[in-house]
Amino acid sequence: MALLEVKELGISFGGLRAVDDFHLTIEEGQLYGLIGPNGAGKTTVFNLLTGVYKPTDGYILLDGENITGKKTIEINQHGIARTFQNIRLFGDLTVRDNVKAGLHNHYKYSALTGILRLPKYYKVEKEMDERAMELLKVFDLDKEADYKASNLPYGKQRKLEIARALATDPKLLLLDEPAAGMNPNETQELMNTIRFVRDEFHMTILLIEHDMKLVSGICEQLTVLNFGQILTEGETSVVLNDPKVITAYLGE
Amino acid sequence: MKMKALSKNTRSNLITYGMVVTAYVVMEILLKAGMVSSLLRGLLVPLCMYVILAVSLNLVVGISGELSLGHAGFMCVGAFSSALFSLCMKEAVPAGALRFFLAILIGAAAGALFGFLIGVPVLRLRGDYLAIVTLAFGEIIKNVVNIIFLGRDVNGFHISIEDAFSLNMEPGGEVLINGPQGITGTPQDSSFFIGIVLILITLFVVINMVNSRTGRAIMAIRDNRIAAESVGINVTKYKLLAFTVSASLAGVAGVLYAHNLSTLAAQPKNFGYNMSIMILVFVVLGGIGNIRGSIIAAVVLTLLPEMLRSLNDYRMLMYAVVLIATMIFTSSPGGQAFRERYSLKALIGRKNQEKEA
Repeated sequence: MALLEVKELGISFGGLRAVDDFHLTIEEGQLYGLIGPNGAGKTTVFNLLTGVYKPTDGYILLDGENITGKKTIEINQHGIARTFQNIRLFGDLTVRDNVKAGLHNHYKYSALTGILRLPKYYKVEKEMDERAMELLKVFDLDKEADYKASNLPYGKQRKLEIARALATDPKLLLLDEPAAGMNPNETQELMNTIRFVRDEFHMTILLIEHDMKLVSGICEQLTVLNFGQILTEGETSVVLNDPKVITAYLGE
Repeated sequence: MKMKALSKNTRSNLITYGMVVTAYVVMEILLKAGMVSSLLRGLLVPLCMYVILAVSLNLVVGISGELSLGHAGFMCVGAFSSALFSLCMKEAVPAGALRFFLAILIGAAAGALFGFLIGVPVLRLRGDYLAIVTLAFGEIIKNVVNIIFLGRDVNGFHISIEDAFSLNMEPGGEVLINGPQGITGTPQDSSFFIGIVLILITLFVVINMVNSRTGRAIMAIRDNRIAAESVGINVTKYKLLAFTVSASLAGVAGVLYAHNLSTLAAQPKNFGYNMSIMILVFVVLGGIGNIRGSIIAAVVLTLLPEMLRSLNDYRMLMYAVVLIATMIFTSSPGGQAFRERYSLKALIGRKNQEKEA
């Protein structure tokens, strides 16, 4: 059974049909790309998958469970984590605390335990610290653990966002334009990181990207959106050479 | 690196606790030596109260990032509920310490209850609704308290919203809350020592909460609500928690206030809009999110008008000048550059450099 199955998904904002009859099937361990020109509705699809918007039609199955119309935090607990197109870190918290905030639902103690500093507080905080540092090491951020997140350089902020998303222990990771604003070197490094995350964490990844080098480099399957509808889908090399796709991007 | 960060945080908190304890010890010595004017002596308990209010409001404004303009309202609730309790229990619980302890719990519970009731509908919304609603709450609660008449006789409690006569009490009944005249005869259990203990408890609660999983969630929501939701943090729950704890601590400050006076009446001066704004000024001036700053600002800004008493009419003028000067000094680029150049750390560093040279 597929990890993620989306059928007939659609949403209207008033008279505007932002996404229409969208379907998507992602197998476990796949690296899947969602591409399309600006305004095609890619981020809207992400927002539908993560519960930011409630779909007007269709359904979403994650690992066989129906998560259509659930709240963002419930969907996260079901196993979808994401990053954002415009980076959304907890800017005033340290790098370590950003990841620890991601661990929120996996290492628990009550507010009262925290206030009274019961032994459980120290035990759980230590476990959280260890897990957070493990994740930061993967992304080569362990030396910056005590920096304020907003003081990190741009590329590292992107990485931290991925680390924070992984901290929630998802089954499916959504990356919204991870390479936006990166230079070719950083993009190359990011490609390696994404591949590493997939292999090391056995993660299934769905990403939106405009950088065709990245897309053709790491995505196995693609879906192309245009004006809220699926233009085409299939193997990366086939899709990218499809005249319809080229027309959609470059015009006639 | 990890250990250093931990100890840095802990050290900073210890300094805060130490500051309060030192202030207490110094004050006690001065009191014993008879070097404190009666004016200042009368200010000690209110000072403790202001510090508790400022620290608790900082939890909402600085840590949770919401604006509350009705902190005096929660204080009012705590003050009246606890004063009523103490008055009723004067005979039943003659031991002052125990009765006051229970009164504090009741004031805290009353503050928390109202904080919760207001937070449930309002904290679901985004934007400045909390400021508007808490502002209204502060004014409403003050006026409601002013029209309540409550009496007790052999038949039990009587309540009215007209006047003391319409309570229809048997002879020998006593009026507990007398409308605008408020509550008279509250046992005066507050003392400077208890005030300091309550400050330490407030600090303990707020600091430990901020440096825990709960505080992390609250600050994550403040920094980015959408991202916090995306990692599975329940936004409403944690905002509500911060707000309720803050309201509860304001209730405790109210208890301290009520048990420091023989007559407790809700007036614009003590529980009005101005009071709420003054607490907010403490928080803003001390630095939003800076607990230690709140304490210092509360103390300085309470003492300042009294110290400037000799200037008579120019007193409030000077107060304003100090406020503006502080804001320029802390927030403007020029002020910050000045601070960096002449801070204690920089001065020490420069001396070391000179030595090496």
